[in-house]
Amino acid sequence: MSATQETIELLATQEYKYGFVTDIDADTVPIGLSEEVIRIISAKKNEPDWLLEFRLKAYRKWLTMAEPRWPNVSYDPIDYQSISYYSAPKSKDDAPKSLDEVDPELRRTFDRLGIPLDEQKALAGIAVDAVFDSVSVATTYKTKLKEMGIIFGSFSEAVQEHPELVRQYLGSVVPYSDNYFSALNSAVFTDGSFCYIPKGVRCPMELSTYFRINAQNTGQFERTLLVADEGATVSYLEGCTAPRRDENQLHAAVVELVALDNATIKYSTVQNWYPGDKDGKGGIYNFVTKRGRCGNSSKITWTQVETGSAITWKYPSCILQGDNSVGEFYSVAVTNNRQQADTGTKMVHIGKNTKSTIVSKGISAGRGQNTYRGLVRVNPGATGARNYSQCDSLLIGDRCGAHTFPYIDVRTPHAQVEHEASTSKIGEDQIFYCRQRGLSSEDAVNMIVSGFCKEVFRELPMEFAVEAQKLLGISLEGSVG
Amino acid sequence: MLEIRDLHASVGGNEILRGISLSVKPGEVHAIMGPNGSGKSTLARVLAGHPDYEVTGGEVTYRGEDLLDLEAEVRAQRGIFLAFQYPVEIPGVNNSYFLKAALNAVRKARGEEELDAVDFLALIRQKAKLLDLDTALLSRPVNEGFSGGEKKRNEIFHMAVLEPMLSVLDETDSGLDIDALRIVANGVNALRSPERASIVVTHYQRLLNYIVPDFVHVLSDGRIIRSGGKELALELEDKGYAWLDEPGHA
Ligand SMILES: Nc1ncnc2c1ncn2[C@@H]1O[C@H](COP(=O)(O)OP(=O)(O)O)[C@@H](O)[C@H]1O
Ligand SMILES: [Mg+2]
Repeated sequence: MSATQETIELLATQEYKYGFVTDIDADTVPIGLSEEVIRIISAKKNEPDWLLEFRLKAYRKWLTMAEPRWPNVSYDPIDYQSISYYSAPKSKDDAPKSLDEVDPELRRTFDRLGIPLDEQKALAGIAVDAVFDSVSVATTYKTKLKEMGIIFGSFSEAVQEHPELVRQYLGSVVPYSDNYFSALNSAVFTDGSFCYIPKGVRCPMELSTYFRINAQNTGQFERTLLVADEGATVSYLEGCTAPRRDENQLHAAVVELVALDNATIKYSTVQNWYPGDKDGKGGIYNFVTKRGRCGNSSKITWTQVETGSAITWKYPSCILQGDNSVGEFYSVAVTNNRQQADTGTKMVHIGKNTKSTIVSKGISAGRGQNTYRGLVRVNPGATGARNYSQCDSLLIGDRCGAHTFPYIDVRTPHAQVEHEASTSKIGEDQIFYCRQRGLSSEDAVNMIVSGFCKEVFRELPMEFAVEAQKLLGISLEGSVG
Repeated sequence: MLEIRDLHASVGGNEILRGISLSVKPGEVHAIMGPNGSGKSTLARVLAGHPDYEVTGGEVTYRGEDLLDLEAEVRAQRGIFLAFQYPVEIPGVNNSYFLKAALNAVRKARGEEELDAVDFLALIRQKAKLLDLDTALLSRPVNEGFSGGEKKRNEIFHMAVLEPMLSVLDETDSGLDIDALRIVANGVNALRSPERASIVVTHYQRLLNYIVPDFVHVLSDGRIIRSGGKELALELEDKGYAWLDEPGHA
């Protein structure tokens, strides 16, 4: 048999072998990453060929790429071959049976955040049955949304039910080849969310409560695609203020937003993944690619409150392609103990009279390291473009650090770019001053921190803002003496 | 009201206060004078409960309670106020918002109703007027970018709003011109009553022309080396601290 013949045979048997894998038990999917594994994932999810092709192209690209070294963070090398890229939903036998079996520390935080018991159970991974309140509420919402033509559900569902929409927009804002982690995600993502708002429709509610509970098992490579058709409006809340534990250390999500002409997307995130212990042991590596593309006169607003993860690497960005489009980025990033964050945004002005606003608030405590990295780019054709950036750092104690890297690249004389930055510090003297006036240390820190973050918090939907504020207090607990 | 007995305190391993005794009764104003580095601010901070200062001996009772047992914020809630020698800036926290939180924390601890926004506003307007405080300072972050004089005046403004039982003023007069000095003194005098008391730390006798003390104490090297009536301040001004070191006075 010739060598070529041999290869063909091999491929054929592979096709054969993996074409019928649907009944293979998840546990037998080998650890590590290979074309084989990707074919298994795709087959298990019963995906169309074009999607498998997309994954494979991404994988092949990923093989040629190197992990970025430019972020201002340090961590031990990740062994991509030791990760399991497909894990079946956890067996119910392993899950805690009641809240009594849940880590008391976690429960204390739930209580302090005022999370209802049922939700606490869901968050802690306790099997809850179908009469669970919020689930039925969610179902009611879903029916209502459906009547308006809004599609909102899991990514896998969308692939089955609306393949044409997914195919049209997947990778249209974040190409698989964009960066190392987006390539990895494109190759192996298991699930996420899909949302489509039809022309002229204003989504009648924040897409939130439902999501908070149902986003639990999306896995470490989450994929989100949100399309607002012409004139549509939507506000989307991602994440959860409750601390989320996860055995997977590496998280590499991709979020793509498409705002067609005159559409408005508000995307708010509260990220509170496990940050690791005081010495930096454990904790999630959160390497996320988030980007939105704006049509004419459309608007995308990213608001994020990042308190969790051991390492955060994330730059929610806007491609301001359409004339008169608007991009906004409001961010609070907290690093305490040994946490490291390198986060910011990119605003790329392509259309005429495009406008962007960046408000970044970095809080560092303990030995936390917080880096703002932002790019404002104004292309030659983007006459009348305007940007305003404000970048503030708050240091709590004197062992932490704040760093800012604002890159500005303006290629037309007809643009206006403004940048402001400040650094302030809360030390023991400030805390003592507050205590001398009758306030507890905790109230003092909360007050200073909320004052510092108010421009960002007011961009969050009301209930979320209240939770986020409490969360910040908890994240910074013990950061001052 | 305040009874200090043989108080010893250290910071960073150095003993700064070396046996201070002082008795302050309701209605009294005590002035504490003394050269730089003698421990005046240290005494003020120890009374306010600064965590960096370790009390190594002696005792302090305040209105019948062991003061040293109380956390700094509890002392404040029980009516002890310190006007800082160097008031710190609190970035991003609006001055009147801060003061409202402080006042309500104090009221809550006393079992009183919290003040609502309208009553609070009326209160601070009145106090700001009393102290001739530029109302623009109310809506700025606490002390941020305030001039030296504005910071001192803001301290007295906080005091006027919180109406403490025992106020300790640490060199509030330093760096004030004569008009400001008079205004600050007015603020302090407005609080004078048979139930309240003040300890006024100062370098200069001129403040004592406006806030007339009942007693004057001279602190040197962590001890009170001399106590007397208001004439002692005049004498000190005249002869300098060195005079106290001469034989027969120490
Ligand atoms: N945090 C500190 N660490 C070490 N020494 C201190 C500290 N604070 C004050 N001191 C020392 O204590 C002494 C008294 O200081 P202070 O009470 O501020 O004096 P005064 O207010 O009378 O000028 C000085 O010698 C000063 O250097
Ligand atoms: Mg002093």
